[in-house]
Amino acid sequence: MLKKVTVFGLFFALVPSVAWSEWQLNMNRGVTDTSASVYDLHMLVLYICIAISVVVFGVMFWSIFHHRKSKGFEAHQFHDSTSLEILWTVVPTIILVIILFPATTSLINSYDSEDSDIDIQVTGYQWKWRYKYIGEDLDYFSVHTTPADEIRNKATKNENYLLEVDRPLVLPINKKIRFLFTSNDVIHAWWVPAFALKKDAIPGFINEDWTRINEVGIYRGQCAELCGKDHGFMPIVVKAVTEEDYAIWLKQQKMLKQQEALASKQSWSKEQLMAKGEEIYNKNCAACHQPNGMGMAPVFPALKGSAVALGPIETHLDIIFNGKPGTAMSGYGEQLSSVEVAAVLTYERNAWGNDVGDMLSPADVDKLKGGK
Amino acid sequence: MQIGRPAPLLAVCALMFGFGFLLVPLYSVFCEWAGINGKTAGIYENVDALPVIEDRIVKVQFVGNHNANLSWPFKPNQAQVKVQVGVQKKITFTVVNPTNSDVVAQAVPSVAPSEAAPHLHKIECFCFNQQPLTAGQVKEMPLVFFIDSDLPKHIKKITLSYTLFDVTPRLSKRVAVSSSIKRQEQFALAHISSK
Amino acid sequence: MSTQATDMVHDEHDDHGPAKGIGRWLFSTNHKDIGTMYLVFSLVMLFIGGSMAFVVRAELFQPGLQLVEPEFFNQMITMHGLIMVFGAVMPAFVGLANWMLPMMIGAPDMALPRLNNLSFWLLPFAFTMMIGTLFMDGGGPNFGWTFYAPLSTTYAPPSVTFFIFAIHMMGASSIMGAINVIVTIMNMRAPGMTYFKMPMFCWTWLITAFLLIAVMPVLAGVVTMMLMDIHFGTAFFDAGGGGDPVLFQHVFWFFGHPEVYIMILPSFGVVSHVIPAFSRKKLFGYNSMVYAIIAIAILSFVVWAHHMFTVGMPFAGELFFMYTTMLIAIPTGVKIFNWISTMFRGSMTFETPMLYSIGFVILFTIGGLSGIMLALAPVDMVYQDTYFVVAHFHYVLVPGAIFGIFAAVYFWLPKWTGKMYDEGLAKLHFWVSFIGLNLTFFPMHFVGLAGMPRRIPDYPLQFADFNMVVSLGAFLFGASQLIFVYVLIKTLRSGEKAEQLPWDGAEGLEWTLPTPAPYHSFPTPPKVD
Repeated sequence: MLKKVTVFGLFFALVPSVAWSEWQLNMNRGVTDTSASVYDLHMLVLYICIAISVVVFGVMFWSIFHHRKSKGFEAHQFHDSTSLEILWTVVPTIILVIILFPATTSLINSYDSEDSDIDIQVTGYQWKWRYKYIGEDLDYFSVHTTPADEIRNKATKNENYLLEVDRPLVLPINKKIRFLFTSNDVIHAWWVPAFALKKDAIPGFINEDWTRINEVGIYRGQCAELCGKDHGFMPIVVKAVTEEDYAIWLKQQKMLKQQEALASKQSWSKEQLMAKGEEIYNKNCAACHQPNGMGMAPVFPALKGSAVALGPIETHLDIIFNGKPGTAMSGYGEQLSSVEVAAVLTYERNAWGNDVGDMLSPADVDKLKGGK
Repeated sequence: MQIGRPAPLLAVCALMFGFGFLLVPLYSVFCEWAGINGKTAGIYENVDALPVIEDRIVKVQFVGNHNANLSWPFKPNQAQVKVQVGVQKKITFTVVNPTNSDVVAQAVPSVAPSEAAPHLHKIECFCFNQQPLTAGQVKEMPLVFFIDSDLPKHIKKITLSYTLFDVTPRLSKRVAVSSSIKRQEQFALAHISSK
Repeated sequence: MSTQATDMVHDEHDDHGPAKGIGRWLFSTNHKDIGTMYLVFSLVMLFIGGSMAFVVRAELFQPGLQLVEPEFFNQMITMHGLIMVFGAVMPAFVGLANWMLPMMIGAPDMALPRLNNLSFWLLPFAFTMMIGTLFMDGGGPNFGWTFYAPLSTTYAPPSVTFFIFAIHMMGASSIMGAINVIVTIMNMRAPGMTYFKMPMFCWTWLITAFLLIAVMPVLAGVVTMMLMDIHFGTAFFDAGGGGDPVLFQHVFWFFGHPEVYIMILPSFGVVSHVIPAFSRKKLFGYNSMVYAIIAIAILSFVVWAHHMFTVGMPFAGELFFMYTTMLIAIPTGVKIFNWISTMFRGSMTFETPMLYSIGFVILFTIGGLSGIMLALAPVDMVYQDTYFVVAHFHYVLVPGAIFGIFAAVYFWLPKWTGKMYDEGLAKLHFWVSFIGLNLTFFPMHFVGLAGMPRRIPDYPLQFADFNMVVSLGAFLFGASQLIFVYVLIKTLRSGEKAEQLPWDGAEGLEWTLPTPAPYHSFPTPPKVD
């Protein structure tokens, strides 16, 4: 697991050269009413805690400074005081009650059950998110796009390193958005700090929460529950737009979807599929199977010269479409369009010296999607 | 050293032993009150009693999911319906088995908000039984439910989610194998003809 | 047994010393030998667990993946947690209990010496097995020390079965240790020593032992359910078969929260001995201290779901667990106020055990205050699973448990070995530890609030500066423990001879024994009035 000892040397060479960060000390206020109330509560309790520690540590340090043997201080033998004990039971109780009032109010507000304007189903997958706009026939995956070269320190890291995705969740501002969280495999947690919204996505169960965004902007978050190998690599990006922009965006998405459906009806040449396939492969498959198809033994098998890629086309399609149970290979039948499945399959069978020569047309994948 | 007063000690032991059993009902009361005893709405058993019908209209949303390594298209045929409290409603879900093998699926229901779960009653549901799906089968599955009048007034929208789990490995795999071969043959034929 | 045989046994017990060779350790039924083995074992585990933290911090030194792959990173964080909790802290406390309880209550030995031997010797095997999983196909446990299902069942590496077996073994060991403590304290106190005359360390351990007996079976239960899910086709935690993954979390935290107090209460006891000794005053508010511990122990059973505020509990549940959690602050506050009152108008000196105890009080208070913040359900939606939580529980456990153990070791080492440790080096150990600890864990509050999730092998650039500070602090803290080992070795090899009462303010039966303490502590019980 240790890669190179020389990397240690690199550490220290790199240290001063980077102007990355901001030494942020505190929580952000966020862009929703909930996050503002959470922030206020946080600050209130923080100040109370600081006040308590000033008093407690003040007495303690005063005592440590003055009541020491080296100053000739004689010990006073007292070791019981019922009134003191009562005092420091009652005073903290009062402080707690003071804290509990705003906390309870804030909690009550977060369970608001007023009807929502938009319902989004968020599904956690190992290691990507899927967003389904309920009632809109819009449903897509959101996958992180940070290049492997940046993660492996072969390229300079961009400013949104690890916080960038191919398709962000687009939401309108000033609308009540209700989220339904669930998971496809293990427990994930969907977290956008700017909304003060964190909820577990649990397989087989559905959780709800809501938000109402006040400002246009791009908000980034990460999965917050350990979910396996790439837990650190499933970011969340939310693009909050005005209501008008949202309507335009929705229309565009539906048009794109129609085009996609039409594309699969067209006939595709092998060259076209190969070109498209390479693009899809590098985006979705290369992280594990590597751009050169060599994989990473023993977990991620090589595709170059593999029995699957060179074997019967239907088995190959079955694995891409439905995944391979018991392994890290999940099914891509939903994530990729028919054209994309056909393209990536054709690419895998004919790239890197794999030379089966056949191809699959998108229409075949369509058949599979619709059942027979 | 000696053990003094065995009788009180024995009594303490007996009490502690009894307390262990007392915890079972205590926790079920507590978990019910705190609402942390699962989120699954059960089968409606009290079929004879007629539900109270109210004017109140509640939106019920349906969601179809599936578990890992399955890519079965599974969705409700109506994304959302408006139902009157106490009135039965029937909707359907469609599932497709796109794989080469016969499978058995189990749908697991879940309700959001969980507060609504005890008030959503299913008369008939595909989730009551395991659903066998042959290779390539498209199946329409019914659900009949109603909402009782005890539903808290502030709840206006309920989401009923079903997650499909592949439970085939729990059963015998022998059936699946033979038909999977058959399906592969069919697929090969289809593939050749489309070329 | 015949009279003659009884006499023989008695003769043997009166003057025999330790057995010769390896047999002294393998077959030992002596509380001091077993206590030593526990302490040495936990020191070894501290270094193994620490080196895993070292790997974690080295990887997080800079953004990007440098040293280890994410899979191995996950194994490191998991094993670090498991080893520190079950291998370092808990055995160290059992070791201290073994050494000190008989000496404090005026008994010759623990009540159940053979059980004592067995409960220790389960541990090396359990941990060998657990650490061995790292070398198995598919790697060791990689699902975090909280091993949430289904990541730890359906999606776990094959070695999870060994992990389950190791947990069972260490659970059995803990339960046996706890039984031994309870039986010893209840039956072997010197005449005249009533419960409310017992030293605080005995009180805290008595309550800890009850907590252990109550919750270790729960842990055993939850791992057994996992085992059944993995191998025998049940579906406790699998929604597909009618189970519920959240059930796992409820059962785990029902064990997990009292477990937190198991790791802190004995330290409370230690500090309640050290602070009075170096303040040359009696402990302030002995009775209220005892009641506070009992209150904390009872409350620890009704707060478990505050670890789960984001799983989607109904309103009533969140409210209940928020309120009960806040309640714990009250008895904990009482304890801190009592310690400070003990110091107040005392005649203080600052030898190493006292330094560690003061460090304990300060840092544990900080951890306790961030605990109040975490208890607030609405704000916990932001804190949950961030580095803020990591900062909080390290502030409670590292100063809480580890500083407590160091205070105890420095405090009683002269009595154990008959030799004084090097005060200068020991103070150096404290100061380097103290600075390293704060450098490590304080900035974690900041990155947590700024939005860094825990358990990630790589992080966005905005967290880079603080993570570098944290890593440097961690290396310093780790290195400072080498000073501790050096102090121990130096004491054993060339320490000056210690007096019978090395600390002029210390009280208790253990100091009435000669130095070093004889192999069998009190052959005839002393009289306490």
